[in-house]
Amino acid sequence: MNNHQDFDVIVIGGGITGAGTARDCSMRGLKVLLIERHDIANGATGRNHGLLHSGARYAVKDAESAEECIKENQILRKIASHCVDDTQGLFITLPEDADTGYGLDYQKTFVEACLKSGISAKVIDPKDAIRMEPSVNPTLIGAVQVPDGSVDPFRLCSSNVVDAQLHGAKVLTYTEVTGFLKNGDTIEGVKVRNAITGEEAEYRAPVTVNAAGIWGHNIAQMAGVNIGMYPAKGALLVFAHRVNNVVINRCRKSADGDILVPGDSVTVIGTTSTKVPFEECDHMHVTPEEVDLLLREGCALCPSLATTRILRAYAGVRPLVAADDDPTGRSISRGIVCLDHETRDGVKGFISITGGKLMTYRLMAEIATDAVCKKLNSSAQCQTATTPLPGSETSGVKEVSKKLWGSATQGQKAAAGRLGSRAAEVEFSSPEDKQLVCECENVTLAEIKYAVKHLNVNTMEDLRRRTRVGMGTCQGTFCIHKAAKALAIAKGEPESADKLAADFLDERWKGMKAVGWGDTLREMEFMQKVYKAGKPDTYKD
Amino acid sequence: MQEINLSEHNFEQCQKCGICNDVCPMMAANPAYPGPKQAGPDGERYRLKDKEFYDYALKYCLNCKRCEVACPSGVKVPDIIQSAREKYNEHKSVKLRDMMLASTDLMGTMVRPVAPIANTVLGWGITKSVLDGVMAIDHRRTFPKYSGEGFERWFRKKAAASQASYKHQVSYFHGCYVNYNYPQLGKDFVTVMNALGYGVNLLDGEKCCGVAMVSAGMFDKARKNAENNIKVISDAKGEKVLTTSTSCTLMMRDEYKEVLGMDNSSVRDSIVLALKFIYELVDQKKVKLVFKKDYKARAAYHVPCHMEKLGWSIFTRELLGMIPGLELILLDSNCCGISGTFGFKKENYEISQKIGQPLFEQINSVAPDFVACECETCKWQIEMSTEYKVKNPISILAEALDLEATAEANR
Repeated sequence: MNNHQDFDVIVIGGGITGAGTARDCSMRGLKVLLIERHDIANGATGRNHGLLHSGARYAVKDAESAEECIKENQILRKIASHCVDDTQGLFITLPEDADTGYGLDYQKTFVEACLKSGISAKVIDPKDAIRMEPSVNPTLIGAVQVPDGSVDPFRLCSSNVVDAQLHGAKVLTYTEVTGFLKNGDTIEGVKVRNAITGEEAEYRAPVTVNAAGIWGHNIAQMAGVNIGMYPAKGALLVFAHRVNNVVINRCRKSADGDILVPGDSVTVIGTTSTKVPFEECDHMHVTPEEVDLLLREGCALCPSLATTRILRAYAGVRPLVAADDDPTGRSISRGIVCLDHETRDGVKGFISITGGKLMTYRLMAEIATDAVCKKLNSSAQCQTATTPLPGSETSGVKEVSKKLWGSATQGQKAAAGRLGSRAAEVEFSSPEDKQLVCECENVTLAEIKYAVKHLNVNTMEDLRRRTRVGMGTCQGTFCIHKAAKALAIAKGEPESADKLAADFLDERWKGMKAVGWGDTLREMEFMQKVYKAGKPDTYKD
Repeated sequence: MQEINLSEHNFEQCQKCGICNDVCPMMAANPAYPGPKQAGPDGERYRLKDKEFYDYALKYCLNCKRCEVACPSGVKVPDIIQSAREKYNEHKSVKLRDMMLASTDLMGTMVRPVAPIANTVLGWGITKSVLDGVMAIDHRRTFPKYSGEGFERWFRKKAAASQASYKHQVSYFHGCYVNYNYPQLGKDFVTVMNALGYGVNLLDGEKCCGVAMVSAGMFDKARKNAENNIKVISDAKGEKVLTTSTSCTLMMRDEYKEVLGMDNSSVRDSIVLALKFIYELVDQKKVKLVFKKDYKARAAYHVPCHMEKLGWSIFTRELLGMIPGLELILLDSNCCGISGTFGFKKENYEISQKIGQPLFEQINSVAPDFVACECETCKWQIEMSTEYKVKNPISILAEALDLEATAEANR
């Protein structure tokens, strides 16, 4: 067993909150260890809409969240420009909404609340709304334009981790916390086990931050404290292409399936909200009822969804902190919860940062880091609101491609879109490197090699989260053997390619099964034929 | 619901199998072309996200439709590509050369009065060098000849008066090629139809179908012509509006709607290739064909790409198969490489000839008396690239039929 005592702070959880906290701490000069039991952005961070909230959704009910959102919205546009797509958003009112008390009177209340929270909300003519977003339900009777957008959570999380590393942080993925090193009522470090090799180790630091999302519940229990968390499952559907270019919301009290977000090359509808037992958090699956509900509500926003191919379904778990006994979790505040367990529970050197949402991750990280610095008697100031993330120095497919390559190939343009200015580090030296491995998402061999080398990639799922490989229409059917081979070679384990590919396809299969009809079913059968025929032993459904 | 589905040209249905790439003649010949899968459904997903993903290599698409014919999922790949050229291409200005090559109508009207001079001058080496240097029209190209007397003029002078005497009536969309370059095909058509007891009527002011305009990026001009043609076709006399050009037929039946977004539903079904119409008349025993006893020929049949798309080559084969003295050899399905005006452009000459090579080689090895083919631009390409003449199956019919006996049988 290895012993290490080199860190100022240990951050548990490689989701966006942990990644942001690791970045903030390392930028303030602290020596940081980030521990993630799986891959970065694997939990709720990678399983949401990817909506860059304007805050409008919370304006009526939760002004505090709304104000946080709009402030962070404006910050992220600057510091994470290569992760953000300024699509703008619409809040629409449909004729039937009047029957449930959300007619045009409510629109008035909504706009007032938005303006009060500093969100620019503009009532526009329904005809202009249709012009702005032709896929919107044409029967709408009201529309409000707000500064919504979309944000790529995988990229955002990865950029935070990369920046933490650039500032000296150590990152351990596939490393699970198995216990705490305690000295009386002080937490002095963690015991961990490598999920792949089984190797165990101990790491010490004066402060440990629990940023493990819903799994933070268990982490806290391990440390001997209790956070009353409320696991609220949210299911979403991914459509095969960008159906809309503007975020479409329903102008009413938050409900199921009322946000449609164009994210990268797809459109996502969500979400639902149901309480699930903690044991299920690791094994989310989307039920037929959830699919039906999302489709029904989605079609009210955008009727053409009824005939658009659905790529897959997925679900995440919101790490809400329970405040009352609302069975849906909808009325629980999405506000940020930062707990200093010394003052709260008498456990020293331990902080939990939870609640909140993707949108406010930076603020959460700032609050958590402030608490860490206070414990360490550091007066370093937060700079994350003004310092661009790696890649966001220049962004935009056109700007980056032009600067780097003059006339760019499709693969280079896609890399520019995904990596921003960091695309400069992708080595497109040989014609082979310029070849597309994933044709649906324009991922080149060069980008795969770059991701494996610089972006903490171990498995095909990790590679997917960094590059979008296998996320397109064919869900990996035609590219995954090539991508797996490239990853296996880069890892120096060429014989592992088949296993990497098979594990990936199993994962894809799960998401497709929930929406397995029509063209998706054809694709699934195709996938099965291709891989069963070639490798009967490695692929089973 | 299907009507409001934003997934135009069925690109959602793409299963990514790649069969389209397999049959693409351009992809095999030109590494600069990303192939129909990438240019079509894959590219469209990314163009929807950011117009920066528009790729100028889309101009290499021949619009031969072979990918669409091959697609097991019904994706209209070439329509996705042609529409993208209109939607996303930011360099909208059309080169003078492309405009001239595409304006088959206008050029014909201008050149025809001086056709003998024009033909001679266009044949000179010096003219070809100038066109090559100034206009980037490849000097190795043989220009189609312009005809002194246009088909329409001949028809009005020599044929129009007698047409009303036939008991059945059809209209004829002759197209630019018949009018300006090769009226003989139109004359053969009238001869055959008359022998079958059908009088021929011209449309009240047809315009170029617009197929060359679309490939030159002149979408608005093409739309104007389409509007005119839809109108004159809906006012046409007779049972159907017959055609002798495969590309004009495909354009008016399918691309008016799919690429230009026009409503052609009222006229689509009335536009039929003459060969199909005649075959159906024979098949339904409405007409009889009597062939010359002494007709003897050996022909190699090249199915043009657009005929493959129409799916009608079966009618040509069946019809020509009725000619007792004709030995018909079916050539392998290959693109000749010219693709309308594509091969005329200097920068495309080499690619164009490379694509056509397998076809030229097969024709040479078969060594027929002539090549049978419905498409006018295939004709130019094959005649320039091999030593064989190309005849439209309508002209072959006109030669092989005992016209008097046929007319007698159908009276």
